[in-house]
Amino acid sequence: METAIEVRNLITHYGDREILKNISFSIPKRKTTVILGGSGCGKSTLLKHLIGLLKPTGGEILINSNDITKINEDEMNGVRKKMGVLFQGAALLNSMTVAGNVALPLREHTKLNASTVNIMVRMKLDLVGLSGFDKFYPSQLSGGMKKRAGLARAIALDPEMLFFDEPSAGLDPVTAAGLDELIVNLRNVFGMTIIAVTHELPSVFTIADYVIMLDKGQVIFAGTLDELKASDNPRIRMFLERKPEQEMYSPEDYFKIIAGE
Amino acid sequence: MPSIAENLIGLAGKKARSVFRDINDASKIVNDIFYWSCISPLKGKPLRFRASIYEMVKAGYNSVPIIAVISFFIGIILAFQAAYQLKKVGALIYVANLVGVSITRELGPIITAIIVSGRSGSAYAAEIGSMKAAEEVDALISMGINPVRFIVVPKLIALMVMVPALTLFSDLIGITGGFVLSVSVLEIHPYNYFQQTVNALLVKDVLTGLMKAWAFGVIITVVGAYQGFKVTGGAEEVGRRTTAAVVASIFLVIVFDLLFTALFYYFT
Ligand SMILES: Nc1ncnc2c1ncn2[C@@H]1O[C@H](COP(=O)(O)OP(=O)(O)OP(=O)(O)O)[C@@H](O)[C@H]1O
Ligand SMILES: [Mg+2]
Repeated sequence: METAIEVRNLITHYGDREILKNISFSIPKRKTTVILGGSGCGKSTLLKHLIGLLKPTGGEILINSNDITKINEDEMNGVRKKMGVLFQGAALLNSMTVAGNVALPLREHTKLNASTVNIMVRMKLDLVGLSGFDKFYPSQLSGGMKKRAGLARAIALDPEMLFFDEPSAGLDPVTAAGLDELIVNLRNVFGMTIIAVTHELPSVFTIADYVIMLDKGQVIFAGTLDELKASDNPRIRMFLERKPEQEMYSPEDYFKIIAGE
Repeated sequence: MPSIAENLIGLAGKKARSVFRDINDASKIVNDIFYWSCISPLKGKPLRFRASIYEMVKAGYNSVPIIAVISFFIGIILAFQAAYQLKKVGALIYVANLVGVSITRELGPIITAIIVSGRSGSAYAAEIGSMKAAEEVDALISMGINPVRFIVVPKLIALMVMVPALTLFSDLIGITGGFVLSVSVLEIHPYNYFQQTVNALLVKDVLTGLMKAWAFGVIITVVGAYQGFKVTGGAEEVGRRTTAAVVASIFLVIVFDLLFTALFYYFT
């Protein structure tokens, strides 16, 4: 199995608070890897490190055997041209139309003329099922449409790697399933390496080849989807079976907490 | 229990540290803006001309009416106030000198800067702040597009052109205001007033005013961008930063005005 990204001993902080506590894993090429975990365990933080938006306190992130924590901004931009990112809220530029948003990476990073750019934009919009919406502004789109427009922008430069932060969060089940299908197609048809953060279980079972599970800033599982289903780690079972967390403190402790001692 | 003195020193230390961090952040922004507006175009990364024109229209053209009205009124007020004193010594014609010089050297640039701070400085902080809150800035970075080059530099170019241009316009309208009052209420002969103004005004009066205006444009953009990029939370913080941008840019405009005025006084 070829690796696309390898993370070694990654440690990150926000201020003094340690978020990721010395984690190591690798992400396979041309497969869909899902990063799973409860709310606040550091998934978005990890994703932001993988795309070079944040610099870690320690550790290495190797992308195509390039350590992105050590390279400068120019070299990083070279790496970024091979990445597409769909943010949690789609993050379309509100001052531009949908077509303008999708055209942006093409205009900035290629020397294609305007009519070729237009054709490429229409192709990408068609791929995500948004043909005819090119003149709309982001504020005129629904949540699901925004996500798809964001996806069209992320794949504008035909990246090798595609990152998703919560692709189906906040969408109705039908729209979410549509987006999942798109993700599966992107891997099958274009052979992209896909890294998705999510905690929607149905979505995980549809798209994932490989799963990495985080808990409280540590990797508690890394393996294929079948291995995940077969795992008997209690934290994983709780997650998969949607059991609530056990009560962790005694009544006396609880009293202390609410009394603020 | 720490004593009051200890508390005070601790507080002062905390304040000082946060001031230092602010200075550090601000100098980083200034550095970036300088790099992306001056150095990188030389390296063959073009400026965004169309976006700059768009920003010029938004910041410049759209504030013409308000600047016209305010400058006209200020011209009239200034002529009234000057006449109040000069009448006593029978030198009413010197209203023209007073109005002409104080408008071109001082009031034109400062009025324009204050209006542009209120209109554009706040808009810049709000725009960048909400882009930051909606992860749009992160999205730009992840596409390999520098947000300072993409968002701030067009605004900087726009204000570097438009604040001097608006100042020139404000000078003209302000002097017209003084003229209208003088020839009607003060009954000065129009030709005399015109001659007196032309004789009183030196090219350097106008030029120093325009130089100040250019610097004010830079200050307003930098402060707006700085406050905008500092947003980390949501909408409520955007509001707070927007207010802070207006207050800080008016304050800095006045501080730099003082500096420039002192410099021009001694060196021109
Ligand atoms: N900008 C920030 N400054 C300080 N702390 C932060 C910041 N962003 C996140 N955190 C903290 O880091 C931890 C991990 O946050 P992160 O956003 O990575 O969680 P997540 O796993 O993506 O959660 P969710 O599933 O709810 O999106 C949280 O406890 C949060 O309080
Ligand atoms: Mg998250």
